[in-house]
Formats: sequence, structure tokens, C-alpha cells
Amino acid sequence: MAGYPPELKRLIKKVEETRPARVERKKRGEEFPMLSLREREERLKFHPDYKGESRREIRVGPNKGYAIPHEIVDLLEARSRVDPDQIDLSAINHETDVLIIGGGGAGTAAALFAQERGAKVIIATKLRHGDANTMMAEGGIQGATKRSKDSPYFHYLDVMGGGHFKNTPELAYTLVIEAPKVIAWLESMGMMFDKSRDGTMLTLHGGGTCRQRMHYAADITGAEIMRTLRDEARNRIEDIRVFEFSAAVELILNEHGHCAGAVFYNMETEEYFSVKAKAVIVATGGSGRLHYQGYMTTNHYGATADGLVIGYRAGVRLCFLHTYQYHPTGVVYPEQAEGLLITEKFRGAGANVLNVDGEQFVNEREPRDVESASVIRECTTVGKGVSTPTGKVGVWLDSPMIDVLRGEGTAQREFPGKHILFRRYEIDISKEPILVYPTLHYQNGGLEFTPKCETVIPGLFIAGEVTGGIHGENRLMGNSLLDVCVFGRIAGESGAVYAKERAKEGRLTLEHVKKYHRELEEAGIVTDRVAPMLLPDYSNPEVRERQLTAHYVGTIR
Amino acid sequence: MGKRTRKDFPTKEEGRGNGEIPKVPVFIMGKRYEVPASLTIQKAFEYAGYQLIRGCGCRGGICGACGTVYRFPDSHKIEVGLACQTVVRPNMYLTMIPFFPANRAIYDLEEIRPDLESMIKLYPDVMRCVQCNTCTKSCPMDIEVMDYMAAAMRGDLTKVAKLSFDCVMCGLCASRCPTEIAQYHIAILARRLYGKYILPKSEHTDAMVKRIEEGRYDSMLNNLMKADEDKLKRLYNEREIEPEGAGEDWKPKDSQYL
Ligand SMILES: Cc1cc2nc3c(=O)[nH]c(=O)nc-3n(C[C@H](O)[C@H](O)[C@H](O)COP(=O)(O)OP(=O)(O)OC[C@H]3O[C@@H](n4cnc5c(N)ncnc54)[C@H](O)[C@@H]3O)c2cc1C
Ligand code: SF4
Ligand code: SF4
Ligand code: FES
Repeated sequence: MAGYPPELKRLIKKVEETRPARVERKKRGEEFPMLSLREREERLKFHPDYKGESRREIRVGPNKGYAIPHEIVDLLEARSRVDPDQIDLSAINHETDVLIIGGGGAGTAAALFAQERGAKVIIATKLRHGDANTMMAEGGIQGATKRSKDSPYFHYLDVMGGGHFKNTPELAYTLVIEAPKVIAWLESMGMMFDKSRDGTMLTLHGGGTCRQRMHYAADITGAEIMRTLRDEARNRIEDIRVFEFSAAVELILNEHGHCAGAVFYNMETEEYFSVKAKAVIVATGGSGRLHYQGYMTTNHYGATADGLVIGYRAGVRLCFLHTYQYHPTGVVYPEQAEGLLITEKFRGAGANVLNVDGEQFVNEREPRDVESASVIRECTTVGKGVSTPTGKVGVWLDSPMIDVLRGEGTAQREFPGKHILFRRYEIDISKEPILVYPTLHYQNGGLEFTPKCETVIPGLFIAGEVTGGIHGENRLMGNSLLDVCVFGRIAGESGAVYAKERAKEGRLTLEHVKKYHRELEEAGIVTDRVAPMLLPDYSNPEVRERQLTAHYVGTIR
Repeated sequence: MGKRTRKDFPTKEEGRGNGEIPKVPVFIMGKRYEVPASLTIQKAFEYAGYQLIRGCGCRGGICGACGTVYRFPDSHKIEVGLACQTVVRPNMYLTMIPFFPANRAIYDLEEIRPDLESMIKLYPDVMRCVQCNTCTKSCPMDIEVMDYMAAAMRGDLTKVAKLSFDCVMCGLCASRCPTEIAQYHIAILARRLYGKYILPKSEHTDAMVKRIEEGRYDSMLNNLMKADEDKLKRLYNEREIEPEGAGEDWKPKDSQYL
């Protein structure tokens, strides 16, 4: 790998030619015009969400008739990975008060709160504890912590505006009113927030905020949250057991219709086992690895919508899944870094977005959906995208402008992670622009729930990216790390209280799975698809053709 | 529908744009495979036919699942990298070390103090470090591990916290330490002590929590929750926007909702 190939270097010349004039304009405060609300609407027709043929109606389950992306419907209109009759529920392998499915931010926060309320906890998670989207978040976490200029009132307005005013008000309320407590809680656990000398937390704007309230820990805020929560959970090993490489494949209900555990698949030994619990919390995160419409993603390896599938089969409704958040600037070249996030802060720091001629075609600070739609339009209808040697197309993010505008060394100082990464590919992002294209980023919607994290199924609680309603149709940056902590904590508390006070013993059953199978048949859906997916399939198809005796169930060998 | 497009490395069907990327030989745990020269080690495993369960988490260089050691036949040097971030090179002999056993102390952060004594009590091993620098050479994040270990031995937790901040806890340092120390556990202890006790506390956060608990915002928020979409839109559009980069002394004109 030796930096950009000659054909791209030639195109970079055009970017360099237009740069001085663009920098001058920026210095004079002349911006590329923002779109009016009307123009935005027109532009959004290029957003992947608005493509009619990308969705279809679900034919079974509580949301029958709801049109959402094919990739999710494929998983909902699929059979269980395992024949429910083969699972012997009289032989339970583990028992606990609160079972948490998913060891990301939401699951781990839930574990801490449940444990503090006296519950014995098991976290069962698909990969390692902390291999999760939470670990990957960079930008920051919102919270109105500064009374001199901000309050939950303004945070609430921002959340609602971001979500196109469709958010569930009670959920948005809980998010903003709990936010300062969450920031204080993280601080008390020793999280290293960026602060000034007197302890004032440094805060920035995110897209769509009216006050600077994004708290951060350098450019690895999510990792700092995740490793702090995980470290604390490890201190409570007496009460919080963690089963890694254990993927939930079905929820277990009992004869009263209450949730009472889950069936797991040991990813390594390939055996199935069951955990019985008085309360269950699903915190399995998002679904970028479904690669909707073939898009690349910023998400971690295990983001495959498993929680949606098992929750839906058990009877929990879905909401807001008709929208998905595409981040406008994911790396499209070099291909090793494909899909990786280039944070909004680059554009905030002044980097223009440019077409193949080095020309601006959109203001770089439009909302995420408008920015993404504009990039897609430029690369498709307009036909001024930059073709990569790997057969992809993208636009330039003119990162060298940052140093020109703010002084030599700024890009390296502000974005050390990305600087090192590209240096490995022999690209110096403070001298050469970055090729970007929209990338799948955040699952706006999910399973329906209440501000207490309850679902329609007693004993089943949910938190984190798997839920829907908090962010309406569009989440603002910094509000999901927040949501994960806010609702993770609440889920832990609700789960522990339920386990202690309301859980009712009863015969365990997977009858709901069989019923779901019957529904599939009645709807005329004959398929060998299985779900949940657990992992995306990245094995080499040519090798696969030669694996004559290998047996795949879905994507997993 | 149902046809899955592969996003992580190019297939024949998707085409290669300007021709095939040349292939290079790599030796995965000693066995030879030919893989496209542009792949990361992680994708090379997959190209070779592996389905990764271990050694793959974020695929983005931050989770530490994919620590890898490699060397070349003509080199005396052992090199390291994260499999998801390191591009293959011809004749690499490589193995992932997705797990390495290391003991972690259990502590109650509320009960311990941010000093050398706590450090030594929880991790007496820290004093065994012989400052050989192997850990620094083994760190895929280019962290000065030996230097933070030296700081830990002095009880300079601030320095440990700052130097180790980018640690992804991959365990490669521990795998090669001749004195069998788990550096990264020591580092996170120091970071948490630093974050909790040494960094000054943010008074404004506590003050806001207090206001919330006093119920100051309840009725304002209740009104917003009851407002119809038109009213919300109006309030939204009328928000006063704090200028980018404004300092802590910036004050909005309207203070009734603070
Ligand atoms: C690159 C990136 C940058 C981001 N930046 C920001 C930001 O700056 N600010 C912000 O607020 N948000 C950001 N986000 C969003 C935010 O990080 C996530 O929405 C949030 O962390 C999700 O947390 P979670 O706990 O719900 O899910 P996760 O953290 O993804 O955890 C889910 C866990 O469940 C496990 N799991 C999945 N399926 C199963 C199963 N079947 N059985 C058992 N376990 C399972 C997974 O392996 C994982 O460990 C970013 C996201 C990404 C990907
Ligand atoms: S490898 Fe071990 S002994 Fe050597 S410097 Fe690092 S911590 Fe010290
Ligand atoms: S300090 Fe050790 S555990 Fe941390 S990133 Fe470096 S080698 Fe990995
Ligand atoms: S897979 Fe997470 S660091 Fe490589």
C-alpha cells in the first residue's frame, strides 16, 4: 500500500486547485448556501430511506403490514435456528435473578444497577464483553449539565427536532432529565472526561444542538465509557457473571406468558444451553451488519438485529424501523478502512465536501440525512462522484483545509486516531483529502418500550439501540451513548425490582416460537431462512463452494 | 431479495475496477495462503476461508480483540499489529493472540486512594518490572507502555492515565512481559483513580443534578410534552443557538428556561 494510486493523485490536483479560493471564502464567512426546508425535502428523495423498493411489509407478527427494510423482514420472516422441540427446558443450565442479553453499554449499565439493587446477574453476550457499538463511539455524550446556559428544556427541544417531532414524549423526557445524573455517575466511576483546570467539562456542539452540551473523552468517548463500565462490572464478579461467546437465539416464556429466560448458542462449542431468570433484559444493540441496500457500515461485527428478531417472535412490537441513520462520511477508500466513520467534527472544523472536479455541491453542515442524500445524488444522478480503484464511488472530504484554516498540526492533534490509521495506508490526511460515502450507522427504531424499560411481556425489559421511540425518526449525535446509559440503568433497576417483587414461577415454554412458525406457514412463507443471524457472512464464497462437507445454518458454519 | 452483497472484500462479481489486485503469500499460523495484497490481516483470514469467531469485534481498531504477532523469514524482529488495521505483506508469518490470561485485582473504587500504596497493594507485581521495554515494542497502539509502568512504580497515576489513554486492552504487552505483569489492568486502575480523584470534579454537573432533583424543570417539561407539533416546531425554530466555540461565559438572552 503506498498511498493513493496515480489516478486518484491526479484527481486530488483538482481539489488542490480549488482549495485556496474555498479557504478564502471560508475565512470571509461565506458558506455554500444551506438548503431551504423545501429544497431539503426534494433532496431527501435521494436518501436510501426514501427508496420505496427498499422496503416491504411484514406478513406475520404484531406489526403485520408495517413496511421496513427487506433485510430485516427477511430475518423476521425466518424460522428459529433450532427446532424448539429439541430444546429440553426441564434441563436448565443456569439460573439467576436478572439475565442480561448483550454486553455492550446498555447491558453493562443495567448489570451494575441490577446488582446494586440486590440482584444476582448474568450477562450473556455474543462476542467478548465490550465488543459492541458502544466501544466504537467517538464523538461524545450529550447532557445539559451547565445551568448558566442550558437545561433539560433545551435538550428536549433538540431531541424532538432531531427526531422530526415524532419521538415518544415520555421517552425523550426521561432521556434529558436523567442526562446530568448519568454524566455525574460516569464521572464518579472515574471516567476521564475532557475538562478544564477547574473541573468544568469541555462541551461541544453536535449536529442539531442549540447549546454546546456534547461531553467527550478525546476521540474515544464510547471506548472510555465501555471500558469503565466493564471494569466496574468486573469488580462485582461475585454477583455479575459474564458468559462470553454466548448468543441468545430465543427468549423463553413461562405458562403465564412472562419472560423467564433465554436459549443460547455457544459460538465456540456450538452447543445450545438455557438460562432461567426472574427477569430478562435485552440489550443487543443495532443492525448495521445487515448491510441494508448493500451499504457499508460503521458498526461492530455482531450488529445483526438479533434482539429485534427474538423480541418480535415473543410478541413485542416494532417502531421507527422505517428510518435508518446513514452517516454521510464513511471511508470508501482504501478498502481496508471501508465503512469507518469520519466524525462530523471534521466538517465542523472546516473541511468541505467536494465532487470529482473539486467543487462544492452541498454545505458540509447540513443535517446527516440531507448531507447523505446530497452525496448520493452527486454520485448517481449528477454523475460527479470519484471512482475508486476498488470499483466504488465517493466524494472528497477536504481534510487538509483544517490545517490551513486552524494552523499546521491541527488535524493531527484533534484527530489522532484517524491520523494514525491513514498513515498506516501512507495517506497523510492533513495533506491529502479523504474519500468518503454514506455508511450505515445507527438503527433509529427498534422494539417498543416504556420509560421504565418494560415491554408488553411481563418480565422482559429492553434498553439501548435495540429500542425505538426515544429518538423518533432520527437520532442526534451524542444522544445514543446517553440513551444507553439512561435506559440501561433504568432497565437494571426495573429488572431487579421485578425479579424481587413480581416474578411468578411457572412452567417454561417455547410455545411462542412454535406459534410463530405456524403463523409463517399460514402466511404462505416457505423458507429455509433462519434467524437471528448472529454474525454476518464474510467467508470467501469460492472457498465455500469447495467446503463440500461443511454445513451452514444461515450464515454460521 | 435475499441475495446478500458482500461488503468486506471484493468478490469477482463486484469487479475490481482497474484490474485484479495482485496476490501475496501469507502464512497464517504457518500455513501458506495467497491473498489480495490490499487486505487487512483480518480480511485475509476470511479470504483464506476462516469464519472468525475469536479475534474479531469492532473491525475498527478500538476493541482490542484482534492482537496479532508476525515476523518475516529474513528478520530477527517480532512485529505486532491489530489484525483489523494491518495490511498484509508478502511472507508474513502471523498468528492472532485473541486472548491472553492475565489476573485482575478486585477493588472498590470508593474505598481506595489514588496513590502508590493502593497500586502496590492491588498489583504488587508492578514493582517487578525490569524496564526492559518489551511491552512498548509489543504495543499495536504505539503506547509507551514501559514509561507508564515506570510512572506506576513511582505512584504517578496522572502520568499512567495520560500515557495509557489509548490502550485497547489487547493484552499483547502482557503476553511478552518477562516478569509476567498485566500492564493494561494496572493502567485502567490508574485511569479510574485519576478520573475519580485527581481530575477536579465538575461542580456544574452536581449543581444541575440538584436542580433536577428539586423539580425545577418539571412543569416546563410537562408543558413541552403536552405541546402539539406546531407549537413544538415554533419553539424549536425560535431556539437561540449558542455560537460555535463560545466560551463558558456565554449567556442566552432568554433565561427563563434555565
Ligand atoms: C462508529 C460509531 C460511532 C458512534 N458514535 C457515537 C457518538 O459519538 N455518540 C453517541 O451518542 N453515539 C454514537 N454511536 C452510537 C452508539 O455507540 C450506539 O448506539 C450505542 O453504543 C449502542 O449501545 P448498546 O448497548 O445498545 O449496543 P452495543 O453497544 O452494540 O451492545 C450490544 C451487545 O449485544 C451483543 N449481542 C448482539 N446480539 C446478541 C445475541 N444474540 N446474544 C447475545 N449478545 C448479543 C453484541 O455483541 C454487543 O456486545 C456510534 C456508533 C458507532 C458504530
Ligand atoms: S515488558 Fe514487563 S518488565 Fe519489561 S518493561 Fe514492560 S512491564 Fe516492565
Ligand atoms: S498497552 Fe498493552 S493492552 Fe494496551 S494496547 Fe498496548 S499492548 Fe495492548
Ligand atoms: S477487531 Fe476490534 S481492534 Fe480489531
